[in-house]
Amino acid sequence: MKYVLLFAGTTDEQEMWEKLPKEQLAAAYEAVNKWFEDHSKAGRIVGGEELRGPSTATTVRHKNGKVTITDGPFIEAKEVIGGFAIVEVKDLDEALAMAKSWPGGSLVEVRPVVDHREH
Amino acid sequence: MARREPGRSPARGRPPRALTESPAATDAVVAAFREEAGRLTGALVRLLGDFDLAEEVVQDSIVAALEKWPAQGVPDKPGAWLMTTAKRRAIDILRRDQRHQEKIALLERSTLPAEPVEADDRLRLIFTCCHPAIAQEAQVALTLRAVAGFTTPEIAAAFLVSEATMAQRIVRAKRKIVTAHIPYRVPQDDELAGRLDAVLAVLYLMFNEGYLSRGRQVAMRRDIAEDALWLARLVAQLMPDQPEVIGLLALMKLSLARSRARFDEAGDMVLLPDQDRNLWDHAAIAEGIELLERAGAMRASGPYQLQAAIAALHSESRSWEETDWHQIVLLYDALLRLTDSPVVRLNRAVALSHFAGPEIALGEVNDLAITLGGYHLFHSTRAELLDRLGEPGLAREARLRALELCQNPAERSLLERKLLRSP
Repeated sequence: MKYVLLFAGTTDEQEMWEKLPKEQLAAAYEAVNKWFEDHSKAGRIVGGEELRGPSTATTVRHKNGKVTITDGPFIEAKEVIGGFAIVEVKDLDEALAMAKSWPGGSLVEVRPVVDHREH
Repeated sequence: MARREPGRSPARGRPPRALTESPAATDAVVAAFREEAGRLTGALVRLLGDFDLAEEVVQDSIVAALEKWPAQGVPDKPGAWLMTTAKRRAIDILRRDQRHQEKIALLERSTLPAEPVEADDRLRLIFTCCHPAIAQEAQVALTLRAVAGFTTPEIAAAFLVSEATMAQRIVRAKRKIVTAHIPYRVPQDDELAGRLDAVLAVLYLMFNEGYLSRGRQVAMRRDIAEDALWLARLVAQLMPDQPEVIGLLALMKLSLARSRARFDEAGDMVLLPDQDRNLWDHAAIAEGIELLERAGAMRASGPYQLQAAIAALHSESRSWEETDWHQIVLLYDALLRLTDSPVVRLNRAVALSHFAGPEIALGEVNDLAITLGGYHLFHSTRAELLDRLGEPGLAREARLRALELCQNPAERSLLERKLLRSP
């Protein structure tokens, strides 16, 4: 079963990250890298990336055949998605166990990926 | 595949029994559903690897039984009847799709257990239904349906929501189990404690809902509180080394032991201080206390054991006045250390009022105003304490507020009666 883990945090959390001293930031990144390494070695990671902040986002909207381009993310929320991982695991519990061990932020949304062979 | 249906013909040599007329027959049906539904669903989930389909066809077989058994009588082997019906229904559904040839063959070859062979199946089923990835209200509904053989209309009636709402809640939960691949298994050691807590929370919620709704004017074929007790006993049998499971079972047993005293002849609710303790089921109380001792011997205390211990102290006391309030306050203190909840604080304050006086207790209750301001029992507790402090005006005010917030008819009528009696 393939799942996407969406890593998110609050906007406050994001500000805190930005203000973090260099050594602490490096330690935090190390923990995240280790998470990816450990799970890759176990064959559970298919892919994943860290995303630049919502201030760098551009939204393209399709409406009635018209396309508009606006600055910013498409949802104004207190939570921001900071990255994602695509994982291949046995079942939801295994995906949840990965999410529980995530060291990089306070929120992880776990979504199953549509298997088009089933349709 | 053997086409013989052992239970299809009415019970041989006996006249058909009408389900609605004979309480004994109703009991037999309830017992059959309880005993067979979960076992059958569990076996089918394992065989088909499809929770949704397995659960659906078992539900269909229960609905079919409810239609047929009143006229034909309860079959000799109700479990076998349900199994055959569920299996046939599954084959019908699977035939619609060419890809399912393998599963059909599996079903036709299989002899599903008519006898309890693998009790573990039901435990897996319970853990799947109570998975934290499912909303708790759906966990409760799904457990009642898949494990205890309730029908959707029954669950809807018990929880005072429309059948459509309940059906949708169940469908959504089942769809999530399938699409998100919620596993069908008892969780591993490191996860077990947390997951077991979720199961117990569901059973506790179910029990409380059933226990309170007993005063409602709803004609129910089944008693949710009794079924919650049955489920807790099942979990306790399957996981005999878990003291909190036994603690919850003891708590339910002790609460139900007071059933007969909880309503008077007019059907009005009677609270603990005013209950006729001769009406309590003392054999059940002894059983509850024995369970509690068994759990205690495992030397791992927990919130359910503590609540059961509090219930036991009430049950052992000959009168409200003779209650060991000091011990009860100490148990509430221990409970607060484990789970600091405002409702526990409220209950502790009631015990404290009999030990340290209503004034000190009222102070503690008032401190909970922010968190419990919307809870009717906060206001009715204040009313009781204000009465004892000789403040009938303020007590009346608090009681009126409680009435505004209270939904349960039995509790409402109790408040109304007290308001009528006050000046």
